[in-house]
Amino acid sequence: MKPQVIVIGCSMGGFNALRTVLGGLDRSLPAAVIVCCHAGPGSDVEVLCELLGTTCALPVVEAREREPVRPATVQVAPGGYHLLVELARRFSLSVDAPVSYARPSIDVLFASIADSYGKDAVGVVLTGANADGAEGLQRMRGRGALAVIQDPATAEAARMPQAALDRAGADHCLALHAIPGLLNRLCLA
Amino acid sequence: MDTSPTDLEQIELSLFVQALRERYGYDFAQYAPASLTRRVRQLVRDHHCGTVTSLTGRLLHEPAFLPLVLQGLSVPVSEMFRDPPVFRALRDRVLPLLASYPRINIWQAGCAYGQEVYSLAILLEEAGLYDRCQIYATDFNEQALEQAREGIYPATEAQQWSRNYQAAGGAHSLSDYSSARYQFLKLDARLRRNISFANHNLVADEVFCEAHLVLCRNVLIYFTNALQNRTLALFRDSLVRGGFLCLGMRENLDFAPVASDFTALDPALRLYRRNRDGAARDA
Repeated sequence: MKPQVIVIGCSMGGFNALRTVLGGLDRSLPAAVIVCCHAGPGSDVEVLCELLGTTCALPVVEAREREPVRPATVQVAPGGYHLLVELARRFSLSVDAPVSYARPSIDVLFASIADSYGKDAVGVVLTGANADGAEGLQRMRGRGALAVIQDPATAEAARMPQAALDRAGADHCLALHAIPGLLNRLCLA
Repeated sequence: MDTSPTDLEQIELSLFVQALRERYGYDFAQYAPASLTRRVRQLVRDHHCGTVTSLTGRLLHEPAFLPLVLQGLSVPVSEMFRDPPVFRALRDRVLPLLASYPRINIWQAGCAYGQEVYSLAILLEEAGLYDRCQIYATDFNEQALEQAREGIYPATEAQQWSRNYQAAGGAHSLSDYSSARYQFLKLDARLRRNISFANHNLVADEVFCEAHLVLCRNVLIYFTNALQNRTLALFRDSLVRGGFLCLGMRENLDFAPVASDFTALDPALRLYRRNRDGAARDA
C-alpha cells in the first residue's frame, strides 16, 4: 500500500531544505504532506506558506484545527502551537509546553501520526540544530512507517538528522536533492 | 485474539477516562483525543506507572493522587499579553465601547495560571476603567487557580512579557506593576482587587455570569466539536447583546451553530461581538 501521508520535520536551515524537497515533488503526488519547521518567534506561517508555494507544484496552506488532512496538499504547522493529527485524521492544535524548546514540536506531530496513520506514513527528518523528531520518528517506525533522513553530511545543521539516525534509524538516508525523487517514487510507483 | 498495541492503549485510555468520571466526576470524554492521549502518556512517564492501566489503578485507589492527575491533564502555558495585537485591539477598539457601561463584567474562562487575566487588569487600569470592572477568572484546575491568585511567575519570562506589553501598546513599563524578587516576578496585589478567581468547569457547569466581555483563548482547541459548540453557546448566553467575545488566534467560530449570533469585529484576531437581535437571553 502506498503511503497516504508524508510528514517532514526540520529546524535550522529548514527553509532552504524545504524549498528543495517541496520543489521536487510531483504535481500528481496523491499523498498529504505535513510540514513542521521550527521558526523564530513572530514568524508568520502565511508568509512561510507563500514563499514555499512559489517553488512547489502542490498547494501549500496552513494546517488549521478541526480541518481534515488533505491529500495532494502541503499543510504547514503554525508557529506557537503544537500540531497533532487525530485518529479521525483531522488536525488539532495545542499550547502545551514547548518540547525541546520547540512549539510546534516535530516529536509531538510525529507521535500523533504514528497513532493515526501507522504504516501508511513516511517520516522525513531534514536539517536542524537539535534532537527534536528523533523520538517521534522512532515511534512512527515502531508502527511500521517508513523513515527517511537527510544524510547529516549534506545538512546545513547535522544534529537533527544525526539524532534521528542514532535513535530511530532510517530506511533511506539520502542527500537532500535525492529526497523528493524518492518520495515521488514511493507515492506514485 | 490479536490486539495491536495501539488498540490496547485505546482501551486503556477509555477506561482511564471512565475511571476519572465515575470516581471523581471529571469528564474528559469530550476532549480532543490526540492531546489527551499525549498528556496521559506524559502522566504515565512522570509517575513511573509503566502503563495507562496502572495509572488508572492508582487514580482509583488514591484520592490524593487526583490533583496531580488533573494538573497533568491541564497544563496550559501562556504569557502576559500573549499575541500583543489582540491586547492592542482590546485596548483600542473594545475598551472604548465598554466604557459606556456603568458596570463592566468580564469573564475569562480557562484562566489557568492567570497571566492573561493580569494583562487584562493592566489594560483596564491604564484605560481608567478598572474601578468599574469585575473580572471573573475561572478554571477547573484548583491548583492553577491557587497559583493565579498568588500572581508569582518565574523571572525568566519577564523580558518576553515586557516586549509583549510594549507591543500591545502599554503606556508604562511592566515593572510598574510588578516587583522582581530572587528568581521571581510578583505582580502587584492591587491588580487583583477586582478579580474573583473561581472554580468552573466548561464541560459540566452552566453560565457563570452576565458578561460584557468573555475571553477564552486556546481552551477550545482542546475540545471536540460537540463540547466546543456547547461552550460557545454558553458564552453567547452569558454575553449581553453587543457584548464581546475573544478567542485564541487559531480558533474558529465560523463552523459553530452559534456563528450567526456573532459578528466579527476583527476576524484575524478572533474578536467577535454578539448581535443585538435574534433569539437569546433577556439581558
